[in-house]
Amino acid sequence: MSSSRPARDRPTRAEVCVVAIAECFRGDGEILANPIGTIPMVGGRLARATFEPDLVMTDGEAAFVTNDEAFEFPAGKVIEAYNPYRAMFDMVWSGKRHVIMSGSQIDPFGNQNFAAIGSDWRAPRVELLGFRGAPGNTVQNTTSYWIPNHSTQVFVEHVDVVTGVGWDKAAALGAPSARYFGLRRVVTNLCVMDFAAPGHRLRLVSLHPGVSLDEVVAATGFELGLADPIVESRRPDAHELLLIREVIDPGGLRERELPDRRAGDASVGRADLAGSPAGEEAGAHGRSLWRSS
Amino acid sequence: MRDKRCCEDDVLAEIEPGMTIGIGGWGSRRKPMSLVRAIARSQLHDLTVVSYGGPDVGLLCATGQVRKVVAAFVSLDSIALEPHYRAARQSARVEEEPWDEGLFLLGLQAAAWRLPFLPSRAGLGSDLLRLNPRLSTVRSPFEDGEELVAAPALELDVALCHLNVADAGGNAAFLGPDLYFDDLFLRAARRRFLSVERVVPTAELVGTAGTEQRVRINRTMVDGIIERPGAAHFTSCVPEYERDEAFQRRYAASARTPEDWAAFRAAFVDVSEEDYQAQRERPS
Repeated sequence: MSSSRPARDRPTRAEVCVVAIAECFRGDGEILANPIGTIPMVGGRLARATFEPDLVMTDGEAAFVTNDEAFEFPAGKVIEAYNPYRAMFDMVWSGKRHVIMSGSQIDPFGNQNFAAIGSDWRAPRVELLGFRGAPGNTVQNTTSYWIPNHSTQVFVEHVDVVTGVGWDKAAALGAPSARYFGLRRVVTNLCVMDFAAPGHRLRLVSLHPGVSLDEVVAATGFELGLADPIVESRRPDAHELLLIREVIDPGGLRERELPDRRAGDASVGRADLAGSPAGEEAGAHGRSLWRSS
Repeated sequence: MRDKRCCEDDVLAEIEPGMTIGIGGWGSRRKPMSLVRAIARSQLHDLTVVSYGGPDVGLLCATGQVRKVVAAFVSLDSIALEPHYRAARQSARVEEEPWDEGLFLLGLQAAAWRLPFLPSRAGLGSDLLRLNPRLSTVRSPFEDGEELVAAPALELDVALCHLNVADAGGNAAFLGPDLYFDDLFLRAARRRFLSVERVVPTAELVGTAGTEQRVRINRTMVDGIIERPGAAHFTSCVPEYERDEAFQRRYAASARTPEDWAAFRAAFVDVSEEDYQAQRERPS
């Protein structure tokens, strides 16, 4: 069934991804969880509503809010603090933040590009977001990535432009410049990866239900490290599903960012989004794309 | 207190080809669009635009008046990628000097404080230093000896901002969620101009703003002030108005073909601000 109205007890792929995003924040404690994009925002809210209650999160504008709702606030926002853009940089530079960004290209060490595609900066083949806040984010607070279109166009041996810093570039900087670098995890529509392969290279940790190892390998443009064993990504439990569907994202925006793909569907991402970090479509619904800082 | 009220044409008279123009706001939020439209109607060319970029940058790229864009991004927020800017970049009609969002803040702050640079870690390890030749590194003179990026002062010839309310002398308040970096743009510039939704007597300014803590622009930061309700259209100017999403989609769609752009330009660019404000409600 491909309806966006999911079966009651059976998670959609988007909902599995929400849980995988939430897991990125496990252990973070009292910091700003700043996930950019629709599914990341739902995942951050889920983490706070369950196992990381001390997380701070934004309303997608200039305030920290305690609401469990991610996008609409029918009963009003509960603002706990003011956080205009200027204060956001204070959060980044003081390290009290874990950002989840998008990426149009990611290499084996987690170098990220969402500025432009092509070898000539003066005339890029595809102009994308620009550097936004990626350089500053990656060397000063914890960073993870959300890639809704796992494909060989995204996971490439070399990125055209390094906007976000990966493990090899951070190592080359050495201490003290890299002492606040912390690149943690990559969640895609197919799987979860970390950087625990030798040399801090990308390593496959878990496959989303219905995804095969071959599918991920075929959709990755370089040799991927493999955890032993590779497990299945955690499914949301009944309480988490209820929270996602009834409280955090009752409008189902998560399903628009990642239309449900059931087991056996081997498609690896939509071509229209392949070159775009979140895509204009996601941008229209992901209220916090502006916060790509 | 001097009365600094003027109009868009008075501001245009102070801008010359090749100048560096800083534009306040963020993305498609609280942009001084009536001033941007006035530039778009003018013969100005070879401008350098310094901005947390939105349709201000896109429009002036579409009219071919920009030589260089100094920015960390150019976005319409609800439309992530600015189509007019993309077209200009992909055809190499405009040069982009890339910045990190935070470094950009420091560049403005350095100019505002009349410093040559301010240091940061932002940029280390990334391609910013390779692609932006104005950035450099500096070593801490203290025991740590840490190497840092030096964000050079972003000195501006002219700054243009839009705020909600001001007095005739140029004291001004923001009433929306965020001042963004408008104060820094104004302090970083030699000549500084504001458009506002309304001008009130000084004695009513704090009352209108609700608290003096919102009156973040003082008159030493402002040379001219334009009372122009709707000046930020189609970007947002909360609480007076939200972004006009339908109009923004129309603007974005005008990047599709030369014919689409010509039609948009004839209707909404090559017209007076009064005609623009009258026309914008009409359905396409």
